[in-house]
Amino acid sequence: MIVDRRKFLAASASGLAVAGLASWRTLAADLELGPSALLRGALDSAELAALPGKVALIKRTWRPPNFETPVSWFTQAFTPNDAFFVRYHLAGIPEVAAQDWRLAIGGDSLARPYQLSLAQLRSEFEAVELNALCICSGNRRGLSSPHVGGVQWGYGAMGNARWKGVRLKHVLERAGIQKEALEVVFDGADAGVLDKTPDFIKSIPAWKAMDENTLLAYEMNGEALPHWNGYPVRVVVPGWTATYWMKHLTSIQVVRQPERNFWMATAYRIPKGKFALVDRFVSQETETNTPITEMVVSSLITNLEPGQRFGAGATVDVTGVAWDSGFGISALEVSMDGGRSWRPAELGADLGRFAWRQWRYAMPEARPGNYVVMARASNRIGSSQTYELNFNPAGYHNNVVQRIEIQVG
Amino acid sequence: MKRMAVLAILVAAPALGDESQVTLKAGEGRELVAGNCSMCHSLDYIQMNSPLFDRKGWEASVAKMMKVMGAPIREQDVPAIVDYLNAHYGK
Repeated sequence: MIVDRRKFLAASASGLAVAGLASWRTLAADLELGPSALLRGALDSAELAALPGKVALIKRTWRPPNFETPVSWFTQAFTPNDAFFVRYHLAGIPEVAAQDWRLAIGGDSLARPYQLSLAQLRSEFEAVELNALCICSGNRRGLSSPHVGGVQWGYGAMGNARWKGVRLKHVLERAGIQKEALEVVFDGADAGVLDKTPDFIKSIPAWKAMDENTLLAYEMNGEALPHWNGYPVRVVVPGWTATYWMKHLTSIQVVRQPERNFWMATAYRIPKGKFALVDRFVSQETETNTPITEMVVSSLITNLEPGQRFGAGATVDVTGVAWDSGFGISALEVSMDGGRSWRPAELGADLGRFAWRQWRYAMPEARPGNYVVMARASNRIGSSQTYELNFNPAGYHNNVVQRIEIQVG
Repeated sequence: MKRMAVLAILVAAPALGDESQVTLKAGEGRELVAGNCSMCHSLDYIQMNSPLFDRKGWEASVAKMMKVMGAPIREQDVPAIVDYLNAHYGK
């Protein structure tokens, strides 16, 4: 987007979001590399770059690769595979050959451990399809105030896709899952560069593994999974944040003791009682904290940029997406006056309770002036978004209502 | 899955060649930092997380890399590494 310098200065003078000459860089960054509230180093080190097989995404880190989807892609109901965000913890990422891939199913709470080839997984179980939002636990971490360490994500560590695969439940039932089963542990083909680095291994409660919506997916939006999104098979845990959606899955262990590795016992934890969540992960709870579980109610405005100007009499449409953990979005309200008054937006097609919901709001009369646009989603159990950050040390679950200043006339 | 790690590096490295553009600020200790930290991750992790940590924060970060992630950083190199990070990427 080309910004006219005189208009830019006029916008600064009138007190819009842009502040001062130093904002040239910030304004450009706002449009492409993330919101201006990100750490300066996060904006400065970001760039648009394409991994093999991907379109240009926002590079946060090269190795391991962490690439964020620019918000403009979220105007589409389904996020294209080649624009889908990429997130890895460890830099050892093999390209798995389909014919060599084997999935080991074992553990001390299974009667009959076995293994599957990709052909067997695809042919021996009922295939199911499900639309679900995949969202990084740390999406919007970069907006945390105060800032916290980690990948400094803006709004784009998420994507909505149609997943095809088999029910994990069916795979476990074939193995004779036993009543002592407490957790189901996933490992993928990726690993640290050093032997001493804790391998990325994640577990979910046995009840969640047996939920009919938890899948082992081999397709995404009608195609094989992209390498960077977990080829050939990844776990899909609808409603829960993506940390459990193990990519390049190679092993499933059904166990009667809690998994204690670093990625479960220390990482991906939230303070107990801080968020009004429904799903507990009892076997992993401590006195003070608990693993992150389901995503919180949230929304995103996808078509407005901070400081954007519209001509007098222009029709201003506000569009976006809203989501929750699977209860379903019941309403999306838009405010044009900084939260003083709210109007309902029109909800788009229901793509399923685990998918995001598109919405649209047509501003009634665009009289000249400054507007502070906000969007607030609610779900069917009465949860909504927060106005003030629920601060937590790892910067998870940021669902603060956005404020975007625009100008008409 | 540990056994695949060596293969993985061979496969992943050429695809991510643009990491070579990342340049840390000049200063005493830069080579020490680059050499140690880039064993496991690109150096843009340092830039991205700045300015965020004070000296204590960088000490904790380096300690985490050693104790949790298993980075083979020599104890005697830690002060110089923390000095550099704090001086050039500190709060």
